[in-house]
Amino acid sequence: MEEMMQIIRELDWSPLFISLKTGTAATVISFFLGIFAARKVVKASPGKKAVIDGILTLPMVLPPTAAGFFLLLLFSRRRPLGEFLFDEFGFKVVQTWLGCVIAATVIAFPLMYRNARAAMEQIDANLVYAARTLGMSEMKIFWKVIVPTAGPGIASGTILTFARALGEYGATSMLAGNIPGKTGTISQKIAMVIQDGDYLTAGIWVAIVLAIAFLVIFLMNLISGKKMKNIGRW
Amino acid sequence: MSISVEIHKKLDAFNLDVSFCSASRRIGILGASGCGKSMTLKSIAGIETPDDGKITVEGRTFFDKKKKVNLKPQKRNVGYLFQNYALFPTMTVEKNIAAGLKGSRQENAERVRRMVEKFQLGGLEKRLPGQLSGGQQQRAALARIMAYEPDVILLDEPFSALDMYLKDQLQRELIEMLKDYEGTVILVSHNRDEVYRFSEELLIIDQGRITVSGKTGQIFRNPETKEAARLTGCKNFSRAVRIDAHTLKAEDWGITLDVSREIPEDTACIGYRAHDFIPVWGERGRNMIRFRLESTASLPFEKNYYIKAENGEVICWFVQRETAALLDEKGLPDYLALDEDALLFLR
Repeated sequence: MEEMMQIIRELDWSPLFISLKTGTAATVISFFLGIFAARKVVKASPGKKAVIDGILTLPMVLPPTAAGFFLLLLFSRRRPLGEFLFDEFGFKVVQTWLGCVIAATVIAFPLMYRNARAAMEQIDANLVYAARTLGMSEMKIFWKVIVPTAGPGIASGTILTFARALGEYGATSMLAGNIPGKTGTISQKIAMVIQDGDYLTAGIWVAIVLAIAFLVIFLMNLISGKKMKNIGRW
Repeated sequence: MSISVEIHKKLDAFNLDVSFCSASRRIGILGASGCGKSMTLKSIAGIETPDDGKITVEGRTFFDKKKKVNLKPQKRNVGYLFQNYALFPTMTVEKNIAAGLKGSRQENAERVRRMVEKFQLGGLEKRLPGQLSGGQQQRAALARIMAYEPDVILLDEPFSALDMYLKDQLQRELIEMLKDYEGTVILVSHNRDEVYRFSEELLIIDQGRITVSGKTGQIFRNPETKEAARLTGCKNFSRAVRIDAHTLKAEDWGITLDVSREIPEDTACIGYRAHDFIPVWGERGRNMIRFRLESTASLPFEKNYYIKAENGEVICWFVQRETAALLDEKGLPDYLALDEDALLFLR
């Protein structure tokens, strides 16, 4: 017990903040990109749909390290895109926090996209038709009718995206590395201390992650539960 | 106030080829399920695009293939009442009504208030559609359409999902609410009572084509085609052979009918409504059928007899409560007489 308090007192909290920051950033990006992609795919023709859907879902099915490999290929400063980003905007992706965000976003994005898409496909087409005959612009229909009606699906997609982004390990370790205080996320911290045989520190971090995960899901359920109470769903 | 429609569209099962032109304020379209009537309405609203044709409403061209005109549904100013009302489930009643309004916040609020009052939605403004009864949902959907001040209102089978009691009540309400609406209203339905009650002018669609059109009352009196007769509720049909201008053989019923009015030359079939038979006890006279009883069905206010004519064709004979009581008392009649004025000569 004394030993544990000692560890907690001396704990470097940076992995917590890095993970939360990364998770939040990746979720916000995935939220908009996922909804946007879902909208495009729902409207696409069946053939196009199959291809685009395959590409967008790939990061979820691929081993994260394989995704990390592709990201490394893409963003390495010895490659055209990586070079361009650095020369034009001074963006460095490999071994930076930006890399953390990109890795987490790529891996977590399919969860947002698939949930949003499934929810949108469930929407009664008559709602959209009615909105059109009422003179609502496509943009207004999307944000005022489709997104709110698909609310529960989008909410659960957001939770899953955040959870996945928070815990991302494989692609992050390849693209961003594990630089303490910079790209060292909780997952990487846990893996590192386990390698050192420090199970107590690992256990503390696991407990922290557990608490965050539970809190997020609890809050989301609370919000969506309240909002959806009055809508006639079976 | 006029509407002119010509639509050609290839559908899965058949081709939709509809064209009509009307200056009536209340138009009914009657047709069996899947005959293309909903597609016609959706094309007018711009929800579906025809392959070819032209749609003009009040002098405004909505669609013209040749001139490459195809107005967006947003620009057509058409109100569409869906069968399930399509109220936005996450918006309150007042937000639903205000959804399509373009004016300032104050103007919109004022208009919503007037609609709420007109459609008796007071007290329900803050409710979500899921918390409303079927009737309230219909009123909210109609309020939303009316707030938008459309030139035309399209009603797509608005009552077909309702139970009988509610249906009657909502039909009355709808007719009442639309009474002072100046524009054109088109009602699509497979239910003859609905269109009869509602429309001045009637179109009957069968397999993507308009088979009969004209004044509603006139069509119910003289449907002209077999499909039209069936849709207007006629139950009994027989192949007919015209012998001369006043005699006709009803082959499936095994009788020769003799009528004083002139039989149209293209008569190929005759129809007779199940309620129009006259029971006769005693001597066989002119235009009577001898029959035997197959089965009966008792309904709350009438009784249905299913009988077989001499040739074995099943005929439906529906009688009102009073006649049914008489039949119970006197026994079945010896013959059923056909009233010659009730005979429908069909092509």
